[in-house]
Amino acid sequence: MLLALLALGVVATALLLLSVGPVLGRRYSSATRPKRRTRRRELDLGDPGRERRAEQRARELLRSCVNAEEWAMYRELGFIRVAGRLDAAQSTEDPTLSPTEDPTPSPDDAPASLAGQEWSLGRGRDRGREPAPMRLRGPGEEPAYAYLIYPHKPIVAYVPRERRLLSEYCVEFPDLTGVISESRLPASDDVLAKWMAVTGDERRLLRNANMHLPGRQIDPARVRRDLLRLSDWDRRRHERARSRHRAP
Amino acid sequence: MRIAQTVEEERIKYLRMKPGVGEILLAEGDPELEADEERLIAEFREQLEQGMWAAAPTVDPATGRRDARMVQSYADIPADADRVIFFPRAAGG
Repeated sequence: MLLALLALGVVATALLLLSVGPVLGRRYSSATRPKRRTRRRELDLGDPGRERRAEQRARELLRSCVNAEEWAMYRELGFIRVAGRLDAAQSTEDPTLSPTEDPTPSPDDAPASLAGQEWSLGRGRDRGREPAPMRLRGPGEEPAYAYLIYPHKPIVAYVPRERRLLSEYCVEFPDLTGVISESRLPASDDVLAKWMAVTGDERRLLRNANMHLPGRQIDPARVRRDLLRLSDWDRRRHERARSRHRAP
Repeated sequence: MRIAQTVEEERIKYLRMKPGVGEILLAEGDPELEADEERLIAEFREQLEQGMWAAAPTVDPATGRRDARMVQSYADIPADADRVIFFPRAAGG
């Protein structure tokens, strides 16, 4: 009798384990898994608003430094145009900016003369293959060459009169001091750094950039579209300014 | 009010662009005061030693045109500058 009861108990226990075991197993695993998930989420996400706030601060700083027209251009078109200021006379002082032939081309045909010359400007694979920017035509006139400054993209040099692309200056401002993973400035800070470097010391910036033919990193068709947008934007802006002057 | 404005105009701020942050205030002071100037010079040197470039936003009083001047030493900072912005040096991308 006792033996029969013992056998019955063993069978009942085995059946109980078989039915409850999987449930207990799921409970155990679900009790440990969420912790791992939470930990991973904490590592990955951090503060999702951080980059946005950084960009907002950078935009404010940019707005406080650049001209009103440049700020409007950046806000509406997503890039800034800056006139180039190096002239032929200056460029001959620095061997990295000198043309290899005919160091004093005529100012009147500056863009045309750019096309036929070999220049040795900056560094990079295409050094010496592409004409370099030259000089301003005069106060109030269209510059002989200009730059388009995009966030986190190369600076594009072009001839405004012909909308001809000259070159790409690939340049970055990586902050490597004490940085573990993130070294890239917010987009608007990148634009401001380029703007300050171009307006403050164009030659120094070009020396530190890698110069390439157009199309290396930015699609030339996109740049041409941007130049058309810019031209249209200029025209509308002048019309608005004119109508404001006419209004009493 | 006028005194407050004058004092404000004489002070200069050092800002530094930081990834993931935007700009941070490194130092602020009146270059006319000896203690402040020493602090500003030390901070300027420290930033350049870290490989930063420095620029002072400027405004042409005649045209109102805004520009920047790259400064490579404390003495290069324009007298009327109210800010110096430090940013990582350019590197070929």
